[in-house]
Amino acid sequence: MTLNRRQILMLLPAAAVAWDFVLAGTPEESPNYKSSEHWWGMLLDITKCIGCGSCVRACAMENDVPDGYFRTWVERYHVTDWHVENPIVDSPNGGKDGFPQSNLAGGKNFFVPKLCNHCAESPCTQVCPVGATFHTADGVVLIDYNYCLGCRYCIQACPYGCRFFNPERHTAEKCTLCYHRITKGLTTACCESCPTGARQLADLKNPKDPIHEFLKTHAVQVLKPHLATGAKMFYNGLDGSVR
Amino acid sequence: MSKFKDSAHLIRLAAVFVLAAAVFVAVRAAVIPKSYGQYGPYRGDALREITSRPVVYAGHETCEGCHPDVLEIKSKGVHAHVNCESCHGPQAKHAEDPGTVKPTLPDVGKLCVRCHSENIAKPSGFPQVDAKEHAQGLACNTCHKPHSPGFDAGGKK
Repeated sequence: MTLNRRQILMLLPAAAVAWDFVLAGTPEESPNYKSSEHWWGMLLDITKCIGCGSCVRACAMENDVPDGYFRTWVERYHVTDWHVENPIVDSPNGGKDGFPQSNLAGGKNFFVPKLCNHCAESPCTQVCPVGATFHTADGVVLIDYNYCLGCRYCIQACPYGCRFFNPERHTAEKCTLCYHRITKGLTTACCESCPTGARQLADLKNPKDPIHEFLKTHAVQVLKPHLATGAKMFYNGLDGSVR
Repeated sequence: MSKFKDSAHLIRLAAVFVLAAAVFVAVRAAVIPKSYGQYGPYRGDALREITSRPVVYAGHETCEGCHPDVLEIKSKGVHAHVNCESCHGPQAKHAEDPGTVKPTLPDVGKLCVRCHSENIAKPSGFPQVDAKEHAQGLACNTCHKPHSPGFDAGGKK
């Protein structure tokens, strides 16, 4: 059978529709969730963060994060005058128990919540030798714990220090953006428990998401933009001293 | 046309290649997980394993379904934007089985200072106190009602 050009052109749209179905995979546990309809990120408002550590505790409880390891954590910055490149940073127990009062008066003091940036061009995914780390169609970076060898290459590759080695499972581990929650229409545990709204889950593909209005009207930055990782954690009020 | 001389050599060689290809295809089919490539270049089952994790934090919409009275008090006060489980902890189990799983009341002495103790790095507009000096040993909820701690609804400030 031979196809002429007209027939091929007529078949192309059908093939495109079929391919769309291939891409729009739907996990069985979330029957109404279509991953091709979402593109997840988060808004972190430094001007609202009070360093209470609710997010860190919630994350640990929701995801069984072992003690002393963090999928999300909070840092406290102190920047004196012009020492923008040498901020004093502390994060006692990841901020899980809150922060004791600091005696570093004079200069800027602020909290910075951190977590996996779910980069669109993530270095961790690129270095995995066995393809255990992958991007989902909705922009979340996940780990296949059955495939992970525990070589720790990704832990070194992440420029944001967001990965750690799980001492019980002996695999790499990181924030899943509460994938088991967001596919059910819930927000992440950290966003749910944040008392000031400093963390807000954002669906960048949803035109009705309030993130769009916020991004259009505020000076927002991602961490280490010069690395072109396609980070999707947007920080409002981010100081230049934050690394 | 005369028969190619020693064609048996070629047939044997071809047989080796065919066999090798068959072994390759069989091993490949056996080694690659069934769900690989279902959604992308990874094991589809990995996605199912991750999404099947039980939810621990029920979400404030779930709480508000059964506790509209608290929502009404809370929505008028300064704690309107604070979600239930931010103070009460994860309650998905309670939401599933409210009869047997009862949440414990948070310890006010520890709970309030988590957010409201004085810290130099907190945004300056955020209400914060030196708890020892401010409370003089009294529990916070002696004066402030946690669901609506402001001037009007919560009694005296």
